[in-house]
Amino acid sequence: MNPEQNNYLNMDLLRFTTAGSVDDGKSTLIGRLLYDSKSIFEDQYEAVKATSEKRGEEYVNLALLTDGLRAEREQGITIDVAYRYFATPKRKFIIADTPGHIQYTRNMVTGASTANLAIILIDARKGIIEQTMRHTFIASLLRIPHIVVCINKMDLVEYREEVFNTIKSEYEAFASKLDAIDIQFVPISALLGDNVVDRSTNMNWYNGPTLLHVLENVHISSDHNHIDARFPVQYVIRPMSTEHHDYRGFAGRVAGGIFRAGDKVTVLPSGFNSTVKSVDVFEGTIEDAYAPMSVTLTLNDEIDISRGDMIVKDNNQPESTQDIDLMVCWFNSRPLQLNGKYAIRHTTRDARCVIKEVVYKMDINTLHRNEEDKNIQMNDIGRVRLRTTVPLFIDSYKKNRITGSIILIDEATNETVGAGMII
Amino acid sequence: MKSYALSHLKELEAESIYVLREVAAQFERPALLFSGGKDSIVVSHLARKAFSPAKIPFPLLHIDTGHNFPETLEYRDAWAEKIGAKVIVRYVQDSIDKGRAVEEKGYNASRNALQTVTLLDAIEELKLDCAIGGARRDEEKARAKERFFSHRDEFGQWDPKNQRPELWNIFNGKKNMGEHFRVFPISNWTEMDVWQYILAENIPLPSLYFSHKRKVFQRDGQWLADFDFMMKKPTEVVEERIIRFRTIGDITCTGAVESTAATLEEVVQEVAASRTTERGTRADDKRSEAAMEDRKKQGYF
Repeated sequence: MNPEQNNYLNMDLLRFTTAGSVDDGKSTLIGRLLYDSKSIFEDQYEAVKATSEKRGEEYVNLALLTDGLRAEREQGITIDVAYRYFATPKRKFIIADTPGHIQYTRNMVTGASTANLAIILIDARKGIIEQTMRHTFIASLLRIPHIVVCINKMDLVEYREEVFNTIKSEYEAFASKLDAIDIQFVPISALLGDNVVDRSTNMNWYNGPTLLHVLENVHISSDHNHIDARFPVQYVIRPMSTEHHDYRGFAGRVAGGIFRAGDKVTVLPSGFNSTVKSVDVFEGTIEDAYAPMSVTLTLNDEIDISRGDMIVKDNNQPESTQDIDLMVCWFNSRPLQLNGKYAIRHTTRDARCVIKEVVYKMDINTLHRNEEDKNIQMNDIGRVRLRTTVPLFIDSYKKNRITGSIILIDEATNETVGAGMII
Repeated sequence: MKSYALSHLKELEAESIYVLREVAAQFERPALLFSGGKDSIVVSHLARKAFSPAKIPFPLLHIDTGHNFPETLEYRDAWAEKIGAKVIVRYVQDSIDKGRAVEEKGYNASRNALQTVTLLDAIEELKLDCAIGGARRDEEKARAKERFFSHRDEFGQWDPKNQRPELWNIFNGKKNMGEHFRVFPISNWTEMDVWQYILAENIPLPSLYFSHKRKVFQRDGQWLADFDFMMKKPTEVVEERIIRFRTIGDITCTGAVESTAATLEEVVQEVAASRTTERGTRADDKRSEAAMEDRKKQGYF
């Protein structure tokens, strides 16, 4: 295998999200990243160029590269989460491209749920506006570990350093009220390409990295929890063949910590103890398993285990409870019903629950906690307390994004109506 | 110190295996849509890994347009035997004979769209509640917004405006009677990822993907294979060329590229250097800018 291919096999994966409204240049920025990193194919570029010319636009409209559905092309807006892909020799990237207007909070939350990094776009002419705070709050609530604030349209403020510095200090003052996150600032022009992929010659006062440099180098290997061992059982593998007559493997994806043969484990909810016999994959037995690996565990004792159970370490267990406090984001046009019953899914475990209390509704533009209006409607975020029919094995969302999250499902329509982050 | 980090291919593999296990856990009668193309081959390879040492707990379903390359069918049967999977085949010709589908006419006639009828009939006949596909989000604009678990109503239709939100790695496969799901385990893979993975895992492929000599003719800037049922315009001349296929589908709409790439390594290098998307060789997407979106709404793969 030649060195180039070998390099490709050793690349890691960064998932990032962008949120933005119609005019702040988000689609242009993504188009610019794709185009300047040479991730656009000729036929895609030609199609976009032809459309731009047909519309009589001055520049090749790179934003058209990412506008997916027909309705969006007609209205010129992005209405759902769209996923984009590009790679540089250093990393592969998955972009969750989401609309930024308040009526699309649910889409932003969806895009943020799997991201390692968020790009927040600020128009240099306008400075910090409501949506800047909204996007930052969502990034913080969903615990995206890294934020890059791109101060865009620097070309329209003559590339002035003081504009950048003023916005930066205002942003820092605001962000200090939220949970600490790694934040970096980059002055850019998405339209002209300054500091996106190539270093700008118009802003010699800026010594920091370009946006792509940040994306390629931000440290992400510690974004998973490798301390608290959690293994939600997804599926039980029983080959029932002569060759593997007695094989009983517990298939799942490690949600946290590290599992090795010999580890003392407890199975929830039964509470039975055993030790890990082997960590199996298709190729054979491996030494250890950690998040986000998909493996199969076998145990030394015959214990009745099924989907929805969780294998954990003896000395480090999640909380087993039926009463759960969480921040919920609502997705459905039918508002959250106090005392309403919903199906709830946590990792691979299914239960039912009842909404016992709405503590407050969050104004996501001002971070004000509204304890008067507790009507949680579509796109609202609020703090809720619920009770489940059976215990769930939970961690706080802060500790583990996988064992700290749930979804709520309407039992009549089967729709996913809410998403919750456990406090 | 040991680094607890996965390469991007390993992370994508882990995600896809997780999705396939969710399918087996959440649905009663799933099937894997198998076309003999590289994407469905990778999905079936991942399924083999996901349930090892047990067999894949669902069959492969092939919708045969009757215009498949013989190499594809040969490969299908050999591969299924190797991975120990059961194959179910349903024929577009049967749908035409029963009057459920009407053959297109003219030079660009293709049975590609008719597959939808046969597929939806098969889903009903076999009472499938989930059809696993090899579609990727990077293939085409309309697919960029597709979910891993994509809900289809009782008419098999996709409603892009009313998709279920999908957060973290929690997939909601709950449905009413008569509805089904399409599940796409390799949603997050790019064409390059698929090729690199095939190379890394040494997965066998149909010979069509590698350089070979074939009788072809040119139409709209691409090479199409010459078969009896291919209607040619008077100006279209059949000639022998050294070509290979970047995608494999129905003969009528799968274009070949001139290429001397004869090994997996050479194919991967060619893909890496390529300046057009693989869908650029598919005539079915060229009909209109929103062609894929229209076909998906009707229940296409």
